[in-house]
This record gives sequence, C-alpha cells and structure tokens, in this order.
Amino acid sequence: MSGHSTYEPKTGFERWLDTRLPIIRFMNDTALDFPTPKNLNYWWTFGGILALMLGIQIVTGIVLAMHYVPHVDYAFNSVERIRRDVNYGWLIQFMHANGASMFFLAVYVHIFRNLYYGSYKAPREVLWILGCVIYLLMIITAFMGYVLPWGQMSFHGAVVITNLIGALPVVGKSITTWLWGGFAVDDPTLNRFFSLHYLMPFVIAGVVILHIWALHVPGNNNPKGVDVKSKADTVPFHPYYTVKDGFAICVFLLMYATFVFYMPDVLGDAINYVKANPLVTPQHIVPEWYLLPFYAILRAVPNKLMGVILMFAAIAVLFILPWLDTSKVRSMRYRPTARLYLGIFFLACLVLGFCGANPPDQPILGHEPSGFMLLDADINSIVWLSRIGALYYFAYFLLVMPILGLTETPLPVPEGISEPVLSHPAAAPTGAAAAPEKRG
Amino acid sequence: MSKMLRKGLALAALGLALIGGQAMAASEADEPRAPSGGWNFDGPFGKFDMAQLQRGYKVYREVCSACHAMDLMYFRNLGQKGGPFYDPKYPNPNDNPYVKSLAKDIQVKDIDNDTGDPVQRPATPADKFPAPFPNEPAARASNGGALPPDLSVISKAREGGPSYIYSLVGLGFNAPVPAGLTVPAGKYFNPYFVGDVSSAWHGKGPAPKGGFISMPPPLAPGKVTFDDKTPSTVQQQAKDVAAFLAWAAEPKQEERKAFGLGAMIYLFLLTVIVYFSYRRIWRNVSH
Ligand code: HEC
Ligand code: HEM
Repeated sequence: MSGHSTYEPKTGFERWLDTRLPIIRFMNDTALDFPTPKNLNYWWTFGGILALMLGIQIVTGIVLAMHYVPHVDYAFNSVERIRRDVNYGWLIQFMHANGASMFFLAVYVHIFRNLYYGSYKAPREVLWILGCVIYLLMIITAFMGYVLPWGQMSFHGAVVITNLIGALPVVGKSITTWLWGGFAVDDPTLNRFFSLHYLMPFVIAGVVILHIWALHVPGNNNPKGVDVKSKADTVPFHPYYTVKDGFAICVFLLMYATFVFYMPDVLGDAINYVKANPLVTPQHIVPEWYLLPFYAILRAVPNKLMGVILMFAAIAVLFILPWLDTSKVRSMRYRPTARLYLGIFFLACLVLGFCGANPPDQPILGHEPSGFMLLDADINSIVWLSRIGALYYFAYFLLVMPILGLTETPLPVPEGISEPVLSHPAAAPTGAAAAPEKRG
Repeated sequence: MSKMLRKGLALAALGLALIGGQAMAASEADEPRAPSGGWNFDGPFGKFDMAQLQRGYKVYREVCSACHAMDLMYFRNLGQKGGPFYDPKYPNPNDNPYVKSLAKDIQVKDIDNDTGDPVQRPATPADKFPAPFPNEPAARASNGGALPPDLSVISKAREGGPSYIYSLVGLGFNAPVPAGLTVPAGKYFNPYFVGDVSSAWHGKGPAPKGGFISMPPPLAPGKVTFDDKTPSTVQQQAKDVAAFLAWAAEPKQEERKAFGLGAMIYLFLLTVIVYFSYRRIWRNVSH
C-alpha cells in the first residue's frame, strides 16, 4: 500500500482480474513483497503470533458453540459433555480455554515491545490506538467468555464486575438492570453474553485489518527506532519474515501445547469446577490472571465509583500515550534512564497482579499485620501495596513520560538502520556514517 | 534480545512463583498429602492403574454413593477406553458384559411405557449413575443440613485434587481431635478441611488448622472387600477412591497425554526444520 507495486500479472486470467479487482496485487503487496526492516528481532514476531491466536480462538470457539448450551441449568454440564462425549472435544475445549491465556500473554509482550521501542510515536499513533481498541475488545470478550461455563467463579465474577456499573450516579442501576436483562445475573445475562462473546472476535478481526492497514502506511518500526532510508534497509516480508515469524510461532505453539496437554487446569481456578450457585459466595473472588492488575487498581480505592473510574482510566491512558511521551527518540536502546523507569513499570504491573490475586487485608511481610493503620488500612497489607503500584502505574504515564523526554540526555542514535557506528554527530569525523549501501 | 527484556522475563517468572506461593499460604488447612509413592497417573507419562480404578469404583459404589451423586457419569464410561473395566474386545462399552452386569445390580427410576407410572428397573450401560437423593432438601435433611457435593469433577474442584481427597477421607479422620477443641454435635474435626475452628478452641496457642465437616468418617478397615485381595485398610480405600475420582473428573486424560506426546514431537520437528530454513534464508543478510 505504500511504495509502488511490484506485482506483475503473469497469466491472462490474472491480467483480466487485475483490471477488475486487483486482489492478487493487494495480497502480493501487503503479505509477500512488503518491504520490512531487516533488523527486526524476535519481539516483532508477536504480531503474527497474535493473528494466529485470534484464528485459533475463532475456529475452536465455533466448534464449541455447536455443543455448548447457554442456559443456567445446562451450561456447566454441557461444557463437561464436550470434554467427555464429543470427539476430540477435550482438545477443542482446552485449546480454547488456554488459548485465551496465551492470547493475552502474547498481547502483553506485544504491548511492552511497543513501549520499549517507542512504536506508538509518530507516525504510528493511529496504529497504536487501534491496538488499544483491540486490547479493550479482548478484555470484554474474555470476560464474557469466562462467564459461559457457569462455574462459581464465572457467576460471581460476573456479579462483581456488572455491579461496578451500578456505582455510576443516577443511571447506574438502570444500566445494570438493562445489561442483566433482569434484576440479577441470570439466564438472560448468560444468553446475551454468549451472543456477544460469539460476535466480538469478528469485531476484533475487523479492527485487526485496520491495524495492519495502519501498519503498512508508515511501515514497521525497528529496534533502532530510526526510519527506513533506502531499499538496502529492508527485505521483502516473504520469505524473510514469513520464515522468522514461522519459527517463533512454532516455539510459541510448543509452549501453548505444553499447557493444553500437560497442565490444562493450572491457569484456571479450581472453584470454577463447581457449578454456579448464587447462594454460596466463594471466599475470594478473583478474575483470570491477565486481568488481575486492573482488579488490584479497582480495589485500591475505598470509594467504589472512584475505583471503577481509575480502573477504566488505567486502560484509557494508553490511548493518549503518543502525546504523553515527549521524547523524540523512539527506541529505548538509546534512553538508559527511560529503560529503568519502564523496568519499574513492568515490575509495578507484576506487583499489581500479585495484589489482585490476594485478599486486600492480607499482610505482605510475615503473617501478622503491623498494627499501624495509615488512613483506612494497615500499612502491611495488600491494599497499600496496590496503592503504591497504582500510583506508579499512573505516574509512569502522566509524569515520567512527559518530563523524562524533556530532561534526559539520550545516547547517540544511529542515523540509519544499516549504519553500524554509534557516532556523536558532533564528535565523529564527517562522512563516518556515509555509504550505507555498502553493507547489507 | 536486549538484556533489559531478558531481565524482565526472569522477573515475570519470579512474580508468578510469588503469586503461587502466597495463594497456598492463605488456606487455613493442612497441606494435602499424596500417598507414599505418589500417584502413578501424575506427570506427562503417567497412566492409571486399572486394578486401582476398579477398587476405587467399588469404594465409591459401596460407600460414597450412599450420599454423593456423580451426575456426569454413565455406566458406559466404566467400559470406555481408559476406563476401569475397558475390554478391547468391546470397543463399544455398551456391549461390555462386565459393565452390563455392574449396571444391572443398580436400580434406576423410569416410567412404565404402558401405564405412565414411575417404576424402578435395573440400569443399563447407557444410564447415568443414579443420585442417592431425589433433590437437594432431601440430601440436606439426611445429612444434618449439609449438602454432600456431586463427586463427578470434585478432583478438579479442590486445590490438591486426588491428594486432597486422599488426605480428607484417608488421613484426616484418623488424627486425634486436639485437646481443647469442642467439636459441635453432628460435625467432625478434619485438619484437611478448609475452615475456621477458632471459636471452638479453648486450648493453648493458636487454634489448630482445619475445619468441622458434616461428613461422618466414611471409611473403616475392611469396610470394602476388594476382589483382588488387596488388604482393605482405610488408607488403601482412600487412595483407590481418590484415583477413581481423579479418573472420573477427566476420563479422557490418558488420551490427552498420549495425543500430546505426538503433538509435541511433531511440533518439535517442525520447529527444527523451520529454524534451519530461517538460517538458510537469512544467511546472506547482515542484520
Ligand atoms: C453419610 C453420608 C456420606 C458418605 C457415605 C460420604 N460422604 Fe462425603 N460428604 C458428606 C457430606 C454431608 C459432605 C459435606 C460436608 C460439609 O460441607 O461439611 C461431604 C463432603 C465430601 C467432600 C467435599 C469436602 C470439601 O472440600 O468440601 C468430599 C471430597 C467427600 N465428601 C468425599 C467422600 C468420599 C470419597 C466418600 C466415600 C469414601 C464419601 N465422601 C462418603 C456425606 C457423606
Ligand atoms: C488481536 C490482537 C492483535 C493482533 C492480531 C496484532 C497484529 C499486529 C501485527 C501483525 C503487527 C506487525 C508485526 C509486529 O510488529 O509484531 C502489529 C504491530 C503493532 N501492533 Fe499489534 N496486534 C494486536 C494487538 C495490539 C495491541 C493490543 C496493541 C497496543 C495496545 C498493538 C500495537 C501495535 C503497534 C504499535 C504495532 C507496530 C509495531 C512496530 O511495527 O514496531 N497491537 N500488530
């Protein structure tokens, strides 16, 4: 889509089609000949992995839907029937359930890759925003999917999350009732969640097409974060990146298969093997691992409405990231200080995940609370750890990113992908970075 | 790969380990114990011991089924591939004579086709395991208000799985009740049952771990006579029934592991081939 087309129709039919619907030309230019920086590392393979995971979720999901019964009395047993009585149903069901976790694992790597290499900066803002839309849709899809097997955690998780909307002033209650299709999470809720859970992946697929379109206008970023200058900086996508992505996909599938075949239940919660019972509330209601950090942010705030707002803000802030980062240098290879703060941010996300998995009043060090109350909670408690984590989460985006870009001194940035020398433009002898064509 | 990101991955692994460790420390019962020698169905190559599954079924049938339903189980499951009474001569478990005879000993509810009256008839392999109680209130009424949970997937529904079941019914009731603990009427102290006994604790030090369970000790030495002459101790019965319940929670798990082995080998070879293609295709590109 960028640059001129390299496609030459060979047969009569191809020429005929090319003047009517140039679809082969389009496929050739986007998927085969697309000029791609030659220095992409393995962190760039996760986009392909994500596309594959979306495909796997859709295919396994369609087969599951053939056997699943969206009714409060039958949903739990129908999932078990799929595992027990449908041919290879166990395979399909475990692939779908573990596939969701793998999908999120891949998307988190993909997002952190972008944070590290500054791929969200101009001219890739729209690409990044579309990615954020995909991520939001993924969260919604996964949440509704988790409700479908109608286990204890499915049900009570759905109750907790839908009730959050009730915290909105004035309209909250009516919206919740409308969402539930009644006055509690019940059969109508399950039915509509099933319907929407089936729909959403196709919406995601649509946004993914836009995402790739937006990728192919500016082209890929790369580990050096500098612009592609000439053809010598790139290789055609096929076969160079089809084979590299292919290798990474195989390794990823090996890991995925290890979960599916040898530990299909470790990522789930045992209590979800108990059929939903509205009258018995589990001791600890926790979401799946990939949503734990947001859950921790929600619970860090004593006021429910503020908690909900903050939780949504944690995702919303991603959308404006391109304008929060003031640094002109894309890749953190040349931003040692930024690297440190990003490392701490990564740690903060893990800490928040840890907080989300544990009850708020649980002590962190030892088994006893410190006995020292700070405001409303003991300082040796998950609540305070979540608050520190959440504070850093937002401070990273809202303070560190804007300020650091203005104050830090980045390392010298290479002028192009093919230049090996990291030279201070001032100190280096003139012409040192010249003649990139000689290499590659 | 940058050093930073590599460090990140190591930290992620650490973080996950931390979460796991903490989650365990939070439970208020003794850590479930596996029987000595572990479970032979553990691990990627583990398989069920048919004889053990057969003994386990007998324990369920003669003891546990008096109170616990297994709503997801059909008699035919007993004769399917990987099941306790699988016979390769009868690939269709509904034809398996041994399964037929096991089913025939059990009465199930039906409707008389001519009169429409409810009747009892001997089960066939196509029938579900019948439930001991007609409904939840009846089950509670017979058990001092507590509901005996369905055991179909109990092995997956509790942390510790088969080791938990083994510890609960095989070890937990044998432990002497700590002096200073007042056990409420109709309940039994069990150190493996998650609960909070602090309000009933008058002894020294912190209250013991464990909880009060409404299930009376179900097993006793010699309570079940094993056809293969295995000595019928409480721990043997508990071990066998736990193995049976582990199988019943996912009857196709042996198939899963066997299929997995093939899939892993295939994927591994594919990975190697693609890796060498990658090296070959990129050999002339400096990057
Ligand atoms: C006399 C009736 C009775 C018999 C026989 C019986 N149980 Fe139970 N069982 C119960 C009741 C009642 C409960 C619920 C206890 C409670 O919630 O306090 C229970 C609970 C359980 C639990 C769940 C404990 C938990 O973590 O919630 C398991 C596992 C269990 N029984 C296994 C067995 C096994 C295995 C056998 C056969 C060896 C068996 N039971 C025989 C009545 C019985
Ligand atoms: C269904 C989920 C997704 C799919 C299938 C997908 C697919 C892709 C593909 C194929 C690429 C090009 C290869 C690569 O750079 O890895 C890419 C790049 C990119 N994606 Fe995604 N993506 C998804 C989700 C996201 C999310 C959630 C975000 C951010 C919030 C995001 C942000 C980006 C950005 C900024 C790039 C450009 C990176 C670069 O070229 O340096 N994507 N995506």
